[in-house]
Amino acid sequence: MNHWLILPILLPAMVAPLLALAVRHDLMLARTFSVGTTVLLVLLGMYQLGMTADGVTRTYSLGNWPAPFGIVLVLDRLAAIMLLLTAVLGLFVLLYAINGCDRQGEHFHPLFQFQLMGLNGAFLTGDLFNLFVFFEVLLIASYGLMVHGGGPARIRAGIQYVIINLIGSSIFLVALGLIYGITGTLNMADFAARLPAVAAGDSALLHCGFALLLVVFGIKSAAVPFHFWLPGTYANTSGPVAALFSIMTKVGAYAILRVVTLAYGDLDGPVGWFAASWLMGAAMVTIAAGAVGVIAARSLGQQSCFAALGSMGLLLIAIAAFTPQAGSAALYYLVHSTLAIAALFLVIDAVILRRTGFGDALVAAPSIPHAGLIGSMFFIAVVAVVGMPPLSGFVAKLMILQATASLVAWPWIWGLILISSLLLLVAFASSGSLVFWKSEQVAADIEVRRVPPIALPMIAVGALLALLVCLTLCAGPVVRFFDATAEQLFDPRQYIEAVLGTTREGRPS
Amino acid sequence: MEWLVASAVAAMTSAGVYLILSNRTFTVVIGLTLLTYAINLFLFASGRLAVNQPDIITDLSLPHADPVPQALVLTAIVISFGMTAILLVLAVRGFFESGNDQVDLLGPEEAVAKTRP
Repeated sequence: MNHWLILPILLPAMVAPLLALAVRHDLMLARTFSVGTTVLLVLLGMYQLGMTADGVTRTYSLGNWPAPFGIVLVLDRLAAIMLLLTAVLGLFVLLYAINGCDRQGEHFHPLFQFQLMGLNGAFLTGDLFNLFVFFEVLLIASYGLMVHGGGPARIRAGIQYVIINLIGSSIFLVALGLIYGITGTLNMADFAARLPAVAAGDSALLHCGFALLLVVFGIKSAAVPFHFWLPGTYANTSGPVAALFSIMTKVGAYAILRVVTLAYGDLDGPVGWFAASWLMGAAMVTIAAGAVGVIAARSLGQQSCFAALGSMGLLLIAIAAFTPQAGSAALYYLVHSTLAIAALFLVIDAVILRRTGFGDALVAAPSIPHAGLIGSMFFIAVVAVVGMPPLSGFVAKLMILQATASLVAWPWIWGLILISSLLLLVAFASSGSLVFWKSEQVAADIEVRRVPPIALPMIAVGALLALLVCLTLCAGPVVRFFDATAEQLFDPRQYIEAVLGTTREGRPS
Repeated sequence: MEWLVASAVAAMTSAGVYLILSNRTFTVVIGLTLLTYAINLFLFASGRLAVNQPDIITDLSLPHADPVPQALVLTAIVISFGMTAILLVLAVRGFFESGNDQVDLLGPEEAVAKTRP
């Protein structure tokens, strides 16, 4: 029993009520607590990542109930990577937000901590129903964050976001009901162990349940045809929240990776993975939809939303290949795209704050204060998002291209990835030169009501971009770690043994 | 018994889906509520239908009701209750801020009037 495992859930869960109740009237104190907690989460994430380096899967039984009966938390390499990524992203988004965004409405910091708690829980849990519960925790916090600051457009988009996710939750419950009805368990490892023994007559029902589960994760990760919520949500919420949400779509991708590799680890075995071609098809349409959306968008915000959609498409292509090599590429791209998209959203928010009266619309406007600094940040973030050399996006794209080369559909996949990169490049080049260069020629002075401070936001964005540079420079060791992670992921026996241990003996069937 | 439960789930699901497809937030909320009722009932069925059986298992050979779906339904009820409350609050606030209770996003001319801080 390793009590470190529950801390990433417990810490924000303790601090959030404290923030909501005790220090609600003192913004400085709330900021201190919130940042302090997130820094602790980063340290905890690093420690846990180091802990998993030995390749042992650690488990934690809540209430000390043995595995298939009680709920387990499982920490393997994949979970540790996601925990650290969440904490790091959370820290820099928070640093950006404490520059004024958290003052626009009530309870930003408690909601933020609850969001982190839900994310950490979703990455740690080893139980499907518990995954549902943590999804709801992170969603209910995200509803609050999404409409933070208010305004008719944001509230309207928030209602849509809540409705879509409520429907998703309903489908999740149906899927869980079907899976429980057939296998009699909701523990992921137990489920994986029982899957080969499912009677042939029941396999159609089980496939139904699994397909519904895939639909839910598809909604979360905004895969076509379940992507309609993403542009409206991201474009209408505030910049820091959109940046934090860049990890939310990854939760869906993580869940697909986790559940499918666990349950269908032996992809060509008797219970072969039946939905691989659907997932690949959906991923390919998603990347195309993202690229077309970026070209068609009429504002910087919309462009970055569709870029986020396209990046999910690319990530899902790598995941849908379901090989260890592609899994490693997917993890590298997951880390890269989360940080890059978040940086892009933050930079665009900094632009919006300064373009009074023009917002993020793609029209020539008088030039903004600090245009040089913000423009350079925008340039670097776009290079990362599009996947141009020298940043890690290029490395990730190369890895994905390599990993998909052995698939039958590789010409289509390569064509889509390369053409969509080109479209993204053209679109962002034109919008960036319009916003930052053409604006120089508009004579009028822009009337900024109150020039917001530049230091802290740019430190936050700069740190995210610096992490991308680190990811590029340390690509060798990082990829080796991701290779080991993918290997662990595609060999689920170890996970199952770690969770079920010896308690499998003498258990009523 | 099976027929009763199955038809109840089917009726509530279809009514719920029909209502969710409308463009007014109030109807959508009613539809979502119906859908969660249907799903709660469905979850019961996943533990197989049993009437008047104990759900504390003392001996597996004796007839019993599966206690796990009951716990799941309880959790699902609490969560859907909270979520519906949130949606209602948002819907009311959306009505007061934009003057109608359409689900659609604001049109281009309304969006121009929106103020981003």
